Amino acid sequence: MSLTELAADAVPADAEPSGRKIQGRSPFRLAMSRLMHDKMAVASIVVLVLIILFAIGAPLLASWTGHPYGAQYPDIARDSWGLPKGPSKQFWLGADPLGRDVLVRAAYGARISLFVGIAATVLATLIGVVIGVLAGYIGGAVDAILARFMDVVLSFPYLLVAIVIATTFRPHSTWLSLLLTITVIAIFSFAAMARIVRGQVISLKEKEFIEAARSLGAGRMRIMFVDILPNLVAPVTVLSSLLVPTSIVFEATLSFLGVGIQPPMPSWGSMLNDADYRSSLWLLFVPGGLLLLTTLAFNLLGDGIRDAFDPRSERLITRK
Amino acid sequence: MSEDVLVKVEGAYKHFPIKQGIIFKHEVARVHAVDGVDLEVRRGETLGIVGESGCGKSTLARCITGLHPLTKGRILFEGKEVGPTPDKAFRREVQMIFQDPYGSLNPRRRVGSIIGDPFDIHGIADGAERKRRVQELMELVGLNPEHYNRFPAEFSGGQRQRIGVARALALKPKLIVCDEPVSALDVSIQAQVINLLKDLQDELGLTYIFIAHDLSVVEYVSDRVAVMYLGKVTENAEAEELYAKPRHPYTNALLSAASVADPDEAEKRERIILTGDVPSPINPPPACRFHPRCPKAQAICSTEEPPLVPREGDLPDHLTACHFPVQLGEHLTQARAGIAQESTEPTLGVSE
Repeated sequence: MSLTELAADAVPADAEPSGRKIQGRSPFRLAMSRLMHDKMAVASIVVLVLIILFAIGAPLLASWTGHPYGAQYPDIARDSWGLPKGPSKQFWLGADPLGRDVLVRAAYGARISLFVGIAATVLATLIGVVIGVLAGYIGGAVDAILARFMDVVLSFPYLLVAIVIATTFRPHSTWLSLLLTITVIAIFSFAAMARIVRGQVISLKEKEFIEAARSLGAGRMRIMFVDILPNLVAPVTVLSSLLVPTSIVFEATLSFLGVGIQPPMPSWGSMLNDADYRSSLWLLFVPGGLLLLTTLAFNLLGDGIRDAFDPRSERLITRK
Repeated sequence: MSEDVLVKVEGAYKHFPIKQGIIFKHEVARVHAVDGVDLEVRRGETLGIVGESGCGKSTLARCITGLHPLTKGRILFEGKEVGPTPDKAFRREVQMIFQDPYGSLNPRRRVGSIIGDPFDIHGIADGAERKRRVQELMELVGLNPEHYNRFPAEFSGGQRQRIGVARALALKPKLIVCDEPVSALDVSIQAQVINLLKDLQDELGLTYIFIAHDLSVVEYVSDRVAVMYLGKVTENAEAEELYAKPRHPYTNALLSAASVADPDEAEKRERIILTGDVPSPINPPPACRFHPRCPKAQAICSTEEPPLVPREGDLPDHLTACHFPVQLGEHLTQARAGIAQESTEPTLGVSE
């Protein structure tokens, strides 16, 4: 080892042997290439891309089926008892109790569910990273206050509080209900992120490269966001990829209970709420199946991302 | 003489409190890392600081670079006192090279931005100018400037230490504090890095504080050497003088423990075996820190602290903190031979 090292040191102007330019690969790119070799992760990405296309293509589906968003067909989509009809040529995935096309609603619902899931995750990640970095790096009283605050948030019975918040601020427009849902989810998810980030920052700030930055005269802000932040990319990416499915389920739960997304805006959770399970199983299986598929894909992708960023970590599911 | 003093450390104390308590933390004890140190570093020279692990040499280095504020005492840089939060002008003049070439470079940033950081922080250069300067520095320390966009993980230990040197040089500092810059490196690479540091000193007129526990490395690079034991300087002299005529019993023990290349020479040498371990810096012995392990210790050593002054027959800048300095040719082993034989305790003095 020492000989090769010696050679490498002694001849610094080494020409690249094959003439091929050697490009430094960032840890992020290395992780990405590992991820692309993980079959399960790639399959999850494919599934997620299909679901996203399904969401984006919602207007297209509406024009193919000839059933625009929000249109109700109480006469043709319901039988003589007033119950919704099942899948047919005209309503591919059946109709709901108001006589709306379930396929079109599921596609528009995918937009809401994905948007809420991702927006809440982004918001929770931003809050969590900022609070975690501040608490971890500044320490002392700031840390004590923020850490206790996180403990308090984590110890709340989140569902009850979420219901109380959502009913107290009962929004008058569906868009406000969307915002409120995102905020509620973010408030209850950021603490987990903040805790993990705080722990990472506490161990990072003792590293010599942070002392090096300090001795160069770098200020606190610069150290926190230029020196420490890039080292948080791996844990934050992993955690936020696992936060997306949790947020989607959170949204579905709130909407199912009627305190999340308000009708007529469709979301998978509120569609489940509409379901009359005894006779119309499609009302249960369409949104439920989509929810399951999406969260499963996100979870598997999250696992794959974790493995890719930290090859030493133990896999939860052993697969080859 | 006071004209060319670059750094003056006066009565420096650095204590780290040990706190306990869940809500209301209170201090239960303190680690006396640096416990009353006086030093002078002259412009253009290399001051070596040696001592065992835990003797406070790294803490002293961090105090001098302003990374740790002192508990007591003061540090003067070019005659001006360095406050607890040094200003940018001071940061520009004093740089540091770290021990661990793996830990001291941010693994998630490219070499170009690591070396270019000082230019950013001090608003000296950016864009193409910054890149040009960084590449100049890389060339200066013997790195391929083409590797500007690589990550630290893509370099060997020796190359990484060169990156650390380039970063320290970026602002053209007056003083560079080297905290065991080669102890993590392979022996062959150590020589390269040390020679690089010496060449740069000649070229750029740098002043070094060079910390190490390897006595031969310190002898090779230093003009003057200070020996530390449990947070205090025990002896301070010209390098040649100190190695030829060590006065403090601890210095004698350290030197006798250093390895010698010639086996015949090693055979002939008198090995001073110290008894016991280094006492804890949380609760250091009173008066002379070394007295519980010193072969020459007498009653006065545990009651009265010996001052760091020139001893009889020494040069004026050969300072020794000992009541009973060792005479040339004196056999220290015999002073406590009885105790040394009875004791089954592990030997020693110098780690590594």
